[in-house]
Amino acid sequence: MRKLLLALLFAPVAALAAGGEAPLDRANIDRHDAISIQRGAGIFVNYCLTCHSASYMRYNRLMDLGLSEQQIKDNLIHNKATKVGDMMHSPMNKKDAKAAFGVEPPDLSVMARAKGEDYLYTYMRTFYKDSTRSTGWNNLVFPNAGMPHVLVQFQGTQVLKTETVEHDGHKTEHRKLVLESPGAMSPLEYDRAVRDLVNYMAFMAEPAATKRAQVGVVVLLFLVLMLGATWALKQEYWKDVH
Amino acid sequence: MATFSAWLCRKGADTLAWIDQRFPLTANWKAHMSEYYAPKNFNFWYYFGSLALLILVMQIITGIFLTMHYKPDAAQAFASVEYIMRDVPWGSIIRYMHSTGASLFFVVIYLHMFRGLLYGSYRKPRELLWVVGMLIYLCLMAEAFFGYLLPWGQMSYWGAQVIVNLFAAVPWIGPDLSVWIRGDYVVSDATLNRFFAFHVIAVPLVLLGLVAAHLLALHEVGSNNPDGIEIKKKKDPQTGIPLDGIAMHPYYVVKDLFGVIVFLMVFSAIVFFAPEMGGYFLEHNNFLPADPLKTPPHIAPVWYFTPFYSILRAVPPLFDSQFPGVIAMGAATLIFFALPWLDRGKVKSIRYRGGIYKTALALFVVSFLVLGYLGTAPTNVWGQFGGWLGHAERATVVARIFTVIYFAFFILMPWYTKIDKTKPEPERVTS
Repeated sequence: MRKLLLALLFAPVAALAAGGEAPLDRANIDRHDAISIQRGAGIFVNYCLTCHSASYMRYNRLMDLGLSEQQIKDNLIHNKATKVGDMMHSPMNKKDAKAAFGVEPPDLSVMARAKGEDYLYTYMRTFYKDSTRSTGWNNLVFPNAGMPHVLVQFQGTQVLKTETVEHDGHKTEHRKLVLESPGAMSPLEYDRAVRDLVNYMAFMAEPAATKRAQVGVVVLLFLVLMLGATWALKQEYWKDVH
Repeated sequence: MATFSAWLCRKGADTLAWIDQRFPLTANWKAHMSEYYAPKNFNFWYYFGSLALLILVMQIITGIFLTMHYKPDAAQAFASVEYIMRDVPWGSIIRYMHSTGASLFFVVIYLHMFRGLLYGSYRKPRELLWVVGMLIYLCLMAEAFFGYLLPWGQMSYWGAQVIVNLFAAVPWIGPDLSVWIRGDYVVSDATLNRFFAFHVIAVPLVLLGLVAAHLLALHEVGSNNPDGIEIKKKKDPQTGIPLDGIAMHPYYVVKDLFGVIVFLMVFSAIVFFAPEMGGYFLEHNNFLPADPLKTPPHIAPVWYFTPFYSILRAVPPLFDSQFPGVIAMGAATLIFFALPWLDRGKVKSIRYRGGIYKTALALFVVSFLVLGYLGTAPTNVWGQFGGWLGHAERATVVARIFTVIYFAFFILMPWYTKIDKTKPEPERVTS
């Protein structure tokens, strides 16, 4: 009976693990790789921050990654009026942005938590040329996205090729992106750069995440000690219960 | 040294006597702790009452600290939560303790209620204890619902929109009623402000009062136990203490302390290593700020409401009105109140019940879990049946079957508990 009940308790966990939508490539980011996050921060302030804000993120939070205030000022802050303790605001005014893209570019502070790292990683790598869109670009995981391909100089131009494959009488459409003209980076280098960017966005979404896990280890070790102590206390008191 | 400690003891006793003449401190300590006799055979399932109390206290304390930095303003709420997560020292831990505490409160309460079903804890003379407990559960649902709007994310917003719209399904007064609840025609700043008031003042006050009543009722009738027999029937003729009873303090205090540590290990593992719990404790979509113009493609309540949400969706509309579903959802929670009067079994505990009750309870647990899972997923999650069933959605058909089982557990209870072949109860508690 008890085993059955326990099995029932944990059954939904297995059931919940299943599911999912469009195929996403794994970002496989490493939250402890501070160099990768720093490189990602560079890409972020140079290319994303032009239109998007990260208005819950302060520049000096990057000191968590081992950067000094001076390094942040010299390398990551381009506007001289911006202080190192300021939030990351885009210089683009909201009205202009709406006029240009049809929608206001969303704030990116916690986007990695909302969409997931794999989504961002795949999104930034699946822009393709589409003359029917006003920006000239479309995207595989976010069809009809309002955003143009801002990293095109690195990735190069991709086009969408649809081929129909016949297999056992069933026709299936395969959609494939083909690099039409290469960019400044090889596909491998570009994937690595996007991975750095996603790593930074994951850091920005929860800067305290690595510290949280470190504290957690200490807390659990303390609780293990308490577990032994309270068990011994209980045994001692319960000696005279028969 | 010896004279000093003797002096200290004498002073202590004097102070206590001074207090006792003015306030029943010793009397209450005895009545509720050192001379409250609980059955000695409590098992695993009996940890969850004290754990629920622990979580209540934790939620209040973390809640107070969150209130110091949170802004109940539609324009600032989302940002103030991120401010807590980033700029308030230890703010992210306090916030995760509160969000994890909310989910674990329901885990613990569901297990606490399930204990009642296992051992017939709602049966005479504990009917009012059960009724007060159910009122606590309803309060807890209200508290969770109001609190979930406060982070002002997409799920907060659209979840509240869906639930408040349920009231609009009430015939005649529905539309006015829902406007009255929201304070506006859509969920807005006005709604956020009043939900904040309910979440931090109104509901917690009621909750604390009900918890006090729950404990008073418990200590009046005494605790049930896994054998479902009354320990007060067999007392020591000299002392008047139940033969199978042991004092709450120190025995169950030290035992529950051990339970608290085990619970805190699970709690900390979630808070420090997986506070989102894969999107079930903190939903991914709730990291997008509320946008009244963008309806998310799939709106799901947090996991602890999903069995009832499933029932709501499973019941077909009548004359284009969702009202039958709303009634069914309400009935699914309220029907628990009737348990003490639905159960006609000769014994209380599952240990001495027959196969029929055991099967019924197992089916009920399965239906609760399946409905809970289906409530988190879109109704097309399992695709459709073929033409022979009119292309009905598989998940909807399954949800309907389990909704029927859910209600059958209660409605047929007077009949199946009566004909169930029970075993004789023991005279004294077994281990």
